[in-house]
Amino acid sequence: MAINQARIVRRALGLPPDGPHYFFYRHTALVRISHWINAGCLAFLLMSGLQIFNAHPALYWGKSSDFDHPMLSLTAQNTDNGLVGTTQIGPWHFDTTGVLGASDVDGVRMPRGFPAWATLPGPQWLAMGRLWHFAFAWLFVINGLLFWGYAIARRHAGRDLLPTKADLIHLPREILDHLKLNFPKGEAAKRYNALQKLAYSLVIFVLGPLIVLTGLTMSPTLDATFPGLLWLFGGRQSARTIHFICAFSFLGFFIMHIVMVILSGTWNNLRSMITGQYAIEGGEDE
Amino acid sequence: MNDNRRRFLSRAGAGVLTTVLAGCTSLSEQKWVSELLSQVEILTRRAQRMFAGSHALAPEFSKKDIAPVFRANGTLNPDTADYNAHAANGFRDWRIEVGGLVERPLSISMVQLRAMPSRTQITRHDCVEGWSCIGEWTGTPLSLVLAAARPKENARYVVFHCADNMVGEGDTENFYYESLDLLEATHPQTLLAYELNGQALPIEHGAPVRLRAERQLGYKMAKYVRRIEVVAYYSHISGGRGGYWEDQGYSWYAGI
Repeated sequence: MAINQARIVRRALGLPPDGPHYFFYRHTALVRISHWINAGCLAFLLMSGLQIFNAHPALYWGKSSDFDHPMLSLTAQNTDNGLVGTTQIGPWHFDTTGVLGASDVDGVRMPRGFPAWATLPGPQWLAMGRLWHFAFAWLFVINGLLFWGYAIARRHAGRDLLPTKADLIHLPREILDHLKLNFPKGEAAKRYNALQKLAYSLVIFVLGPLIVLTGLTMSPTLDATFPGLLWLFGGRQSARTIHFICAFSFLGFFIMHIVMVILSGTWNNLRSMITGQYAIEGGEDE
Repeated sequence: MNDNRRRFLSRAGAGVLTTVLAGCTSLSEQKWVSELLSQVEILTRRAQRMFAGSHALAPEFSKKDIAPVFRANGTLNPDTADYNAHAANGFRDWRIEVGGLVERPLSISMVQLRAMPSRTQITRHDCVEGWSCIGEWTGTPLSLVLAAARPKENARYVVFHCADNMVGEGDTENFYYESLDLLEATHPQTLLAYELNGQALPIEHGAPVRLRAERQLGYKMAKYVRRIEVVAYYSHISGGRGGYWEDQGYSWYAGI
C-alpha cells in the first residue's frame, strides 16, 4: 500500500515513473486538436449559457412556462437581513445567498441566478451572452462532427471508444480498482479501460448530440421545420430543462476527468494530449 | 500541503480566473468582438433558412394548452397623451398607415382591418429571456395587407413603427420599431393581431394591433403598431440595426 501511495504522489506531481519506462504514441493529431477545441468551447458555452439562463432563472417541464410551478428557480427576496437568495428544486427551498439567487456584483448584492464569476460576460448582458453562446455552439458542432467522422471512418470509435462485452463484464472490478486508485499499467495502459470507454462514449455519443438537439429545439424557426424535436423532448420548456441538465452533466464529467487526470499522472496525461507521447512503465518487451 | 501554500494556490487560482473573466467581459465591450461574433448571425440565418426557407408553419396547439395568464413583457402601456386618448375612445380612430416602397399607400382603420379575412391560431410565444406562453391570436394576415399595398420591385423589408416611446438619451423620442424581411412578413402565420384569447387585445399586449411572427422570438413582434413602411434597407432608420432591441445589441435574425 505504501508503495502504491508513493506512486500516486509521484504521478500527481508529474514526476516520471521511477522504474524503467518507454514512450507510446497514444493520441493522433486530430484527436488532440479536437480535444482542446472542445475544451475551450465547453468553457465558453457553459459560462455564456449561465448568462442566458440568468435572464429568466427558472426551469419548467412541458410545452410552456407554468410560472407558479417551476421545477427549479433561483430567486431573490428582500428581508430584514438584506437580499436573500433562494434555490428552489421541486418542493425544496435552500438559502443560497451569496452564490445562487442573490450575489455580489462589484460589491453590491444583486438578484442574480448564477453569480458574476460564473457567467460570460460577468455583468447581466443577455445580448452579448447569446452572441458568445451561438458562436461557440457552431464551433462545438463543427468540431464534434469532424471528430465523429474521423472516429467512424478510422474505426477509432469501434476499436478504442465503445465498450465491448468483455469490458462490461470487467466493469465491477474496474470500479473497485479505480476506487483504490489502482490504474492499469504496462500493456493495459495503452488502451482505455472499461470505465473510460463508458464515460467517453456517453459524453461523445449521447450527451453531445443531446445538448445540441435540445438547444436547437429552443429555436422557434427550427420547431416549425422539425416539429418532431418538440415531440422527442416533450416541448420547448422540457428541452430547455434537459439542455440545462446536460450542461451540468458536462461540468460533472469535466470535474471527474480533471480528478482522474491528476490521480493517474498529470504531466503524462497532458503530454500525451499535447504531443501524443504517453510514458508506459516497464520495459518495451514486457 | 501546508496552509500558506494552500492559501497561495487558491488565491493564485482565483486571481487567474478573475483575470480571464475580466478579459472576456472587456472583450465583450470591444466593438470588433461583438461585430465578429455577430457575423455568426448570418451563418445561423442562412442555415435556418436553408431548412425553413419555405413557409413551414410554426406548431399550433389546442385550447387546453392556452396559458391562464399570458405574460406581458416590454412596454405595458405607452401612456402618452395621444395613446391615452385613443384608449379612452376604444381605439375607434386608430389607423395604420402603410407606405414606403408600395404602389398604393394605405390608411387602414380598425373597422377595415377587422373586415378583412382573418386567421386564428393557438401558438407559442417564446421570449428571448427563455420562457414560453401559449395563447390564441386572431388577426389579419400581413400578406393580405401587403398585397393590397403592392410592394415595389426593390422592396426587401417591412418596418413596423410603434406608439410606445422607449425614450432615448437626454429624454429624446425613441419609438419602438421592428422589421421583418418579405419572406417572414408574408408567412401565413404572420398577423396584424387584434384579439388575444377571443377578447380585444389588452393594452399590455399591444392594443389595438400587434404583430405576430410565430417563427421568431418575442421582441420581433412589435406592439401598438401605427405605421408600416416597406423599404429596401433599414440602415437609415433610428439606430440602423432594424429594431429597438437590435439597436441595443440583440440579433436582427431572431429565429433562435
